[in-house]
Amino acid sequence: MNIVNILEEIEKVDGEIYERLNPRRAAMKDFFNMGKKLTLAAMPLALGSVFQKAYGQTVPTDVTSVLNYALTLEYLEYHFYNHAVEAAPGLIPAGTPAVGAITTIRNHEKAHVDLLKGALGDKAIGPLAYTYFDFTAGGAFADVYTNYQTFLAVAQAFEDTGVRAYKGQAGLLKGNDVLTIALQIHSVEARHAAHIRFMRSGGPNGGGVAVKPWISLGANGGANDSGVPAVDPVYAGEATETQTGITITGIASGVTKAAAVESFDEPLTAQQVLAIAGLFIKK
Amino acid sequence: MKNLQQKNEQEEQSVFNARLQRRSFLQYAGAGAAGIALIAAGCKKDRNFPDPGVEGVVLDFKDDFGVLNYAYALEQLEAAFYIQVASAPPTDFTAAQKAYFQDIQFHEIAHREYFKKALGTAAIGSLEVNFSAIDFKSKASVLGAAMAFEDLGVAAYNGAGVRLKDTNYLLAAGKIVSVEARHASYIRDLVSYGSFADLTTLGPLGADNGKGLDAALTPDKVLPIAGKYVKTKINVINL
Repeated sequence: MNIVNILEEIEKVDGEIYERLNPRRAAMKDFFNMGKKLTLAAMPLALGSVFQKAYGQTVPTDVTSVLNYALTLEYLEYHFYNHAVEAAPGLIPAGTPAVGAITTIRNHEKAHVDLLKGALGDKAIGPLAYTYFDFTAGGAFADVYTNYQTFLAVAQAFEDTGVRAYKGQAGLLKGNDVLTIALQIHSVEARHAAHIRFMRSGGPNGGGVAVKPWISLGANGGANDSGVPAVDPVYAGEATETQTGITITGIASGVTKAAAVESFDEPLTAQQVLAIAGLFIKK
Repeated sequence: MKNLQQKNEQEEQSVFNARLQRRSFLQYAGAGAAGIALIAAGCKKDRNFPDPGVEGVVLDFKDDFGVLNYAYALEQLEAAFYIQVASAPPTDFTAAQKAYFQDIQFHEIAHREYFKKALGTAAIGSLEVNFSAIDFKSKASVLGAAMAFEDLGVAAYNGAGVRLKDTNYLLAAGKIVSVEARHASYIRDLVSYGSFADLTTLGPLGADNGKGLDAALTPDKVLPIAGKYVKTKINVINL
């Protein structure tokens, strides 16, 4: 097993592999030095951990890894919108408020990428390019950049996932100043999510898809209210009625199960989020 | 939870005692310094609990219950506002707007009741509100007030999260703040379609458009703004 050959093979399809592994090439020496000390059997495991680092797809365990996890998701969102604005002519109806809205969201996602990159410094994962992603999710959303409704449906899934992903890391950031920054990003994602949902429903004029700005109960009492069964994992657990042991449904007159579900947005674990994000990363 | 409650009661007693000694009731301004003075005054033994002399409610930020009571106070305010709107919406609200304001009303009631239950005996009393500045017949006035409440709510939760020590309460606050942000987004879109996340105008509440960051304010900044709509005196200590 020749590790250098493997990396060279990867480099043919991913020219930035060395930068991804570590922005400073010199640091790759550490990896090779480490390799010398390992038995052959242990190599695949060690290699795996390096790739996980490269792509920010590890389950976060500390503040730095939470920020890299967030950075991965922000790259995904940024490229999704940036391509729509810059490289998908006719997708967003010209001359409508949608152009400004999607551009605003794209700009926020870019600002989040830059903020997280800056905060992480040389600990940041290497930059992820548009070509790293597959926003058709292997063909499940084949018309994502030609059908405006598909685009909005995927956008909603990304924004709701983003809100849930940040929430899921709150515990690891507890008491840290970084928590406030994460919360400030988190609620911006929630504003985006509500707006995308409002756009899907037809905006002020109505007449669109039956979704509310907040996550409600899905059909037949399910957790997915988006009307898109393919994104069920995005809404897993959203139909929760109990908070810290307190049942919300019926807590006061008029608080139905739907109201209880709408009142609290649920978190997703990193494993759940990475599984969702993985669908949009090229295989 | 039970331990936390007991501990809280004990500590609260000592604070009340201290307050009796000093006859000093704190307002938002200067609460920090005065709070330190109160603690320095120490725990003289004079078990009059609850203190009949306290005017209004006390938000004691020494522990999570203080933060939860702070959230409870804000949710009381929001719920009262939306109950009034939903019971008699402006006549030019569309059917869809009436329905969504009903939704929001129940969300805020659910939040209020959640905090009341979570706090148990540590909960502050009911706040008396003052909405004299709002014209409930005017769509513009109602939307303007709703926007102010929601943006302030987002800022308040974002700014107070770092104070929470219990992971479960932190998560609960996180679950609520994103719903408040969804409300804010929707109401802003009604005021001006496309302004759902206008972080530039949210600058005074601590937002930073260049960094893509939403509003965040510490309680000492939030309470004077919210206080304009509350008749009940809100005393703050240990902030």
